[in-house]
Amino acid sequence: MISPSSHLARLLSLPLFLGLASPALAAEIWVTNEKDDTVSVIDIDTLEVIRTIETGERPRGITFSKDFSRVYICASDSDTVQVMDPETGKILHDLPSGEDPEQFVLHPNDRHLYIANEDDAVTTVVDTETRTVAAQINVGIEPEGMAVSPDGKIAITTSETTNMAHWIDTETRKLFANTLVDARPRHAEFTAQGSELWVSSEIGGTITVFNTADQTEKGKITFEVKGVHPDRVQPVGFEFTEDEKTAFVALGPSNHIAVVNAETLAVEDYILVGRRVWHMAFSPDKSLLFTTNGVSGDVTVIDVAKRDAIKSIKVGRFPWGAAMRP
Amino acid sequence: MRFPKFGLILTCLTLFTHGAMAEVSVPVVYLKQTVERPPVLSNLDPIPEDEGDMGAQLGLADNLTTGTFLGHKYSLLTRIVPVGGDLMTAAKEALAESDLIILDAPATDVLAIADLEVAQDAVLFNVSSAQNALRDQGCRANVLHSLPSSLMRTDAIMQFARSRRWDTLALISGEHPDDLSYAHSLRRSATKFGMKLKSEKTWVFDADMRRNAAQEVPLFTQDLGKYDLLLIADEVQDFGRYIAYNTWLPRPVAGSEGLIASAWSPVVEQWGAAQLQSRFTELAGRAMRPKDYAAWAAIRTIGEAVTRTNSADTETLRGYILSDDFELAGFKGRPLSYRQWNGQLRQPIPLTQPRALVALAPLPGYLHQHSELDTLGLDRPESNCEVFQ
Repeated sequence: MISPSSHLARLLSLPLFLGLASPALAAEIWVTNEKDDTVSVIDIDTLEVIRTIETGERPRGITFSKDFSRVYICASDSDTVQVMDPETGKILHDLPSGEDPEQFVLHPNDRHLYIANEDDAVTTVVDTETRTVAAQINVGIEPEGMAVSPDGKIAITTSETTNMAHWIDTETRKLFANTLVDARPRHAEFTAQGSELWVSSEIGGTITVFNTADQTEKGKITFEVKGVHPDRVQPVGFEFTEDEKTAFVALGPSNHIAVVNAETLAVEDYILVGRRVWHMAFSPDKSLLFTTNGVSGDVTVIDVAKRDAIKSIKVGRFPWGAAMRP
Repeated sequence: MRFPKFGLILTCLTLFTHGAMAEVSVPVVYLKQTVERPPVLSNLDPIPEDEGDMGAQLGLADNLTTGTFLGHKYSLLTRIVPVGGDLMTAAKEALAESDLIILDAPATDVLAIADLEVAQDAVLFNVSSAQNALRDQGCRANVLHSLPSSLMRTDAIMQFARSRRWDTLALISGEHPDDLSYAHSLRRSATKFGMKLKSEKTWVFDADMRRNAAQEVPLFTQDLGKYDLLLIADEVQDFGRYIAYNTWLPRPVAGSEGLIASAWSPVVEQWGAAQLQSRFTELAGRAMRPKDYAAWAAIRTIGEAVTRTNSADTETLRGYILSDDFELAGFKGRPLSYRQWNGQLRQPIPLTQPRALVALAPLPGYLHQHSELDTLGLDRPESNCEVFQ
């Protein structure tokens, strides 16, 4: 952990040395490498990979507990969700996740994980305290996108082949609505204080915006990247800025991130990033955005204010998910 | 009640669902004419008897799941006609059961069924004949093709060879009608992409090549001259497997062997394909083959059209399937749709070797004013099909 440069730093300045030697002080971005069975940990200050941690097979979804004392990782081909101590990188235990967990979301109660079981057409609700399955809900074929409303009352699963957003009442754990979207929905997020649900459709090339109150369609976002055939403009992951006024949308094999005005639903900018951009995570102050680029095996760092890519960071093979640790 | 608003909506949805259930019921018939296969030199890779049917079964399972959320019902009846059986009677019976038919039969049978009077308002999906004529002057307005044509596959090979600058080609063709028609497609594609087909030979050996390939093939390929890529037209999988590594010149092989262009291969795993492969393997206990993929795509086409139109009316479904709005997520990286001039499903073509995907056609740089996918197969100006207008 102590590099020659930090020896030099120790000679020059004791406070600086302390800063370098205590990784817990700097915020980090954790990236799952789908085909390397590892997590790459990026230091937000130095923009370098400072740790590579082994995981189960085919890690994809990744999220932290509220107090960041645990990190949950979907190890899809190990058919489990791993619970890791982020300080030591040690696996504390596995959770019963159902088969082939791909993506999940942690309920605001910090206790229930809602997991999409891609091969099983099921959403599994796992109690992380008792480590038991609380419920399994039948959904469409190839569930993937997962979201939960800020008040915790609604969970969403999107199914890639059934092409729907399935609305789950978290109290009864039953579906109360199923809404069609364009082909191959991949990701879902609530926004505007929970009054809107956004769902991206990879093959359809759109984001559908729903009114949460009555599940009606409020609008649809389309994308157009200059010089790229519309078929290859495929929205996948997306995240909102702190004020929820702007969304950053990964456009898959078009190798661009779209910057969307969340009020007018108009695309304001396109930012060139690495190849097959998938998911993303913000730095704690949301001034930097880190995107996972599956085919090029790297992470692009975007200056959010300037809307410009400032650096590429090599990680493992096929980086998939990203999560921030302050 | 915690969600008074949702409660109300749930009731409405339930009512709607019950209403829809009564009317949107979609029966489909899978009609298969069993064909006799010619003897081949090796039986290492037997063709599974349920090729095609299992793909349809998977498509049905996918549709059924979606249907449960929308109140749409689907059913699939499989009718298998033995070699020498009465296909026309079976076809008439099938058409009495449904006007959505998945047709797994040779090209002549496809045409005979399409021309039946009772088939005029039906939609038939051809999942087994790659014959170009069915997409050209011999097309029928009631036949859609989810299996790629021979030309789509041979165009894919030529795009790849051209992008590698393997511009000079040689060809060995078998004598089976399927070999001859595939060889014809290879020649036509070579011309289309400006390649030089320098020499051709017909496979005439009748010896058992499992023992003699090493001795015979170098001599047989010696007089092909200088070439970059050796093409093999052996669609019945007779001699092709003995060519690679035995050629006089050290050259790669492509076509029916070596680098193969097809609708689907077990080595396709990108674009979410790993999920489709694992669902299929779980269902069928074997790997997914091109005909399985075509049958899956046909059933999913019907499902997608029913889902989006909320209708089981064949005319409505056909109209939607052939419209600009239709798109099918087919695990090949971009949406699939039907060519409005001949009913062919537009699709990327994987180029594979037995262990891995080599490339996906259309290759980068092959541009088109409407869809790059239309650089493969008969484009609108090339097709002589007029009944779709």
